Amino acid sequence: MAELGRAALLLTLGLSAYALVAGGAAAWLGRRRLAHSARNALLASFFSTLVAALVLVVGFARDDFSLAYVAGHSSEALPIQYKLSAFWGGQEGSLLLWLLVLTAYSALAVWFARKRARDLVVWVTPVLGGIALGFSWLLVAVSSPFETIPAPADGNGLNPSLQNPYMVAHPVFLYLGYVGLAVPFAFAMGALLSGRTDERWIVATRRWTLVAWTALGIGQLLGAHWAYEEVGWGGYYAWDPVENAALIPWLAATAFLHSVMIQEKRGMLRVWNVALVSLAFCLSLFGTFLTRSGVVSSIHSFTQSAIGPWFLGFIIVAVAFSTAMIWLRLPQLRTTAKLESLVSREAAFLYNNLLLVALCLTILWGTAWPMVSEAVRGESVVVGRPYYDFFLRIFGLPLLLLMGIGPLVAWRRASLRGLLRAVTWPAVIALATGVLLVALGAGSSIPGLIAYTFSTFVLAAIVVEFARGTAARRALTGEPVPTAFAQLVGRNRRRYGGYVVHAAVVLLAIGVAGSSAYDSVAEGRLARGDSLSVGGYTLTYRELTERDGPNATEIRAVLDVRRGRDDLGTIAAGKNAYSVEQQVSNEVGIRSDLLTGEDLFVIAEQVRDDGAVVFRVFVKPLVNLIWLAGIVFVLGSLIALWPDPREERRLATRYARAEERSETPATT
Amino acid sequence: MSGWLLLAAALAVAVVVVVALPFLREPAPASDALRELDGPERELLEAEEERDRALAALKELEADHRAGRLSDDDYRSVVGPLRQEAAQALRTLDRLAAGTRDGGAKAD
Repeated sequence: MAELGRAALLLTLGLSAYALVAGGAAAWLGRRRLAHSARNALLASFFSTLVAALVLVVGFARDDFSLAYVAGHSSEALPIQYKLSAFWGGQEGSLLLWLLVLTAYSALAVWFARKRARDLVVWVTPVLGGIALGFSWLLVAVSSPFETIPAPADGNGLNPSLQNPYMVAHPVFLYLGYVGLAVPFAFAMGALLSGRTDERWIVATRRWTLVAWTALGIGQLLGAHWAYEEVGWGGYYAWDPVENAALIPWLAATAFLHSVMIQEKRGMLRVWNVALVSLAFCLSLFGTFLTRSGVVSSIHSFTQSAIGPWFLGFIIVAVAFSTAMIWLRLPQLRTTAKLESLVSREAAFLYNNLLLVALCLTILWGTAWPMVSEAVRGESVVVGRPYYDFFLRIFGLPLLLLMGIGPLVAWRRASLRGLLRAVTWPAVIALATGVLLVALGAGSSIPGLIAYTFSTFVLAAIVVEFARGTAARRALTGEPVPTAFAQLVGRNRRRYGGYVVHAAVVLLAIGVAGSSAYDSVAEGRLARGDSLSVGGYTLTYRELTERDGPNATEIRAVLDVRRGRDDLGTIAAGKNAYSVEQQVSNEVGIRSDLLTGEDLFVIAEQVRDDGAVVFRVFVKPLVNLIWLAGIVFVLGSLIALWPDPREERRLATRYARAEERSETPATT
Repeated sequence: MSGWLLLAAALAVAVVVVVALPFLREPAPASDALRELDGPERELLEAEEERDRALAALKELEADHRAGRLSDDDYRSVVGPLRQEAAQALRTLDRLAAGTRDGGAKAD
């Protein structure tokens, strides 16, 4: 079976090389059949990679320990869902997942754009082929998942931290995000290579960018939830280098999603947009490099390997190539449209972009500095939480405020008086909330208080936007409120979908501020019958239980929970001892109050021989808003992504001529 | 040769056929040149984008004004130049479209 996997990967390597070389030659020489052939090679590379991936899946499902990768990451007792997720539990499988997602995206993006942007696709094919070539080379020559060994009786099992439902989905979404950024990058490079700097590359990649950005966002939230549940330190984000590796390209892509609207609306920022999309893609490569090369030690990085130099070379090529192309096409990218006023929607978008890029680069610097320092001075320095928290406040809080102001300002220019009038109601509501919070005792954290006040401002601004839009539509059409509201959203999906995403970011900000600035913690060694009080809860240690799970012995300390006079039942926290893996994992106990959004979070730090247990208990106000934000985020993204037939018709009319022309046979 | 290797060989043959398909379908085409937009057509495409941008901006301005996001003064100061831009975009488009039609007719 391994032969089939190896052959399939070899085919992908050949097909990618062909897409790069033949595709490049076809575009350069203007050869139609060769261009179609290169495009077909890109489509076929998805199927050959799929065959390789299926071989590995079958290897895991059938416990084929003659495959070294399966033996190293699975065992007979491993539950089936984790056998399948063990696919991406290590280096080689992760790279194969990267390649599978890349070839799938490439095939779909090229196929869907083949008519509307045919002359562009000719140049996009070699770029996507080049990226696939890099990854298939790694899988064929450096880090193959199909190495065989004499089959052992059982495998080594899977790292217990990865035996979690969130870890089944988290890497897939993360890779859908990382890899998806290759599509807008390839189209931008295709536009620059061909010298066609019209809007077609943006139109062709709008949805792909949004899909990648949404997937990367979901992936990060799933990862945060995994860390919260599984790592057992009481938090969900620790500014770990591997966590940052996903956040950095997401921030760059967020900036791009905003600035590209200025190009669509005003024809401005063409250079900035191709630079941003290149930055986002190169940062996604950097993220994969951090996660996969073993260059940083992280709780999220499960590999140590020799692919680092290859990856670094790949990143250098991508940065040099995109910089050279932007430099080469600068004259065509220049635009005559100018920013008319510093008080306008496009100016607000620009400020938003500057803040997002500044935040992105400061996090990048904090993440890369320990590596740079180690390489240059031979000693690694630690960039800790205070660095990131400082810059998050400096750039993040103004960003939050801008999210509320931006939608209230008109395009082109608005007078200060007009702006003040537009922000009056949201500002009054926000200030009143701030005063109320101080009165309720929330003034203990100034950043927390500011975050709450700004969040209220943004939420109020969003509500005002929806209300004004609905009222204006009602005045025009006489429709009832629900119809007017639905029509308003349906006819402006990207705009109102974007507002829903803004609401999700606000929920996230409230959740983060609440759970980090206002949390309570207590620690204690409890014997049976002893109690511990924290944040209004009283926990009494009742008993220690032990049972055999599918592949681990599960030890749990059970505690009775009371708040005031209310009996809230029990909560259990403990440890799992994995026999095959010879490792012990922390299993936390979480009791969520869905009405207040608060969590009671219990860690059993040590289970003593005498039956006493050392507990650490957190009360985390509003933390569940973070997970709720994920649902709202997906909802907003879906609204923005949903195709608008009117918009599609308009674009079809606009590009019909280009389509007709490119389908007409040549006469030469 | 094992069954897996036979499957691998079949897969290789299949992808070679897919890649060669454009040449198999058209072994001797009248022309193998890629069709691309020429200069005037590219200008036309960009003018169409400019027209759509100007008309969308006008529509959005009206919506902003109706929704009360824009005061009457702000609306008046912006709507004039925007209408001029839209008219200019339409004129340019007409001129370029006429040029493309004439070019096409002459070529025929």
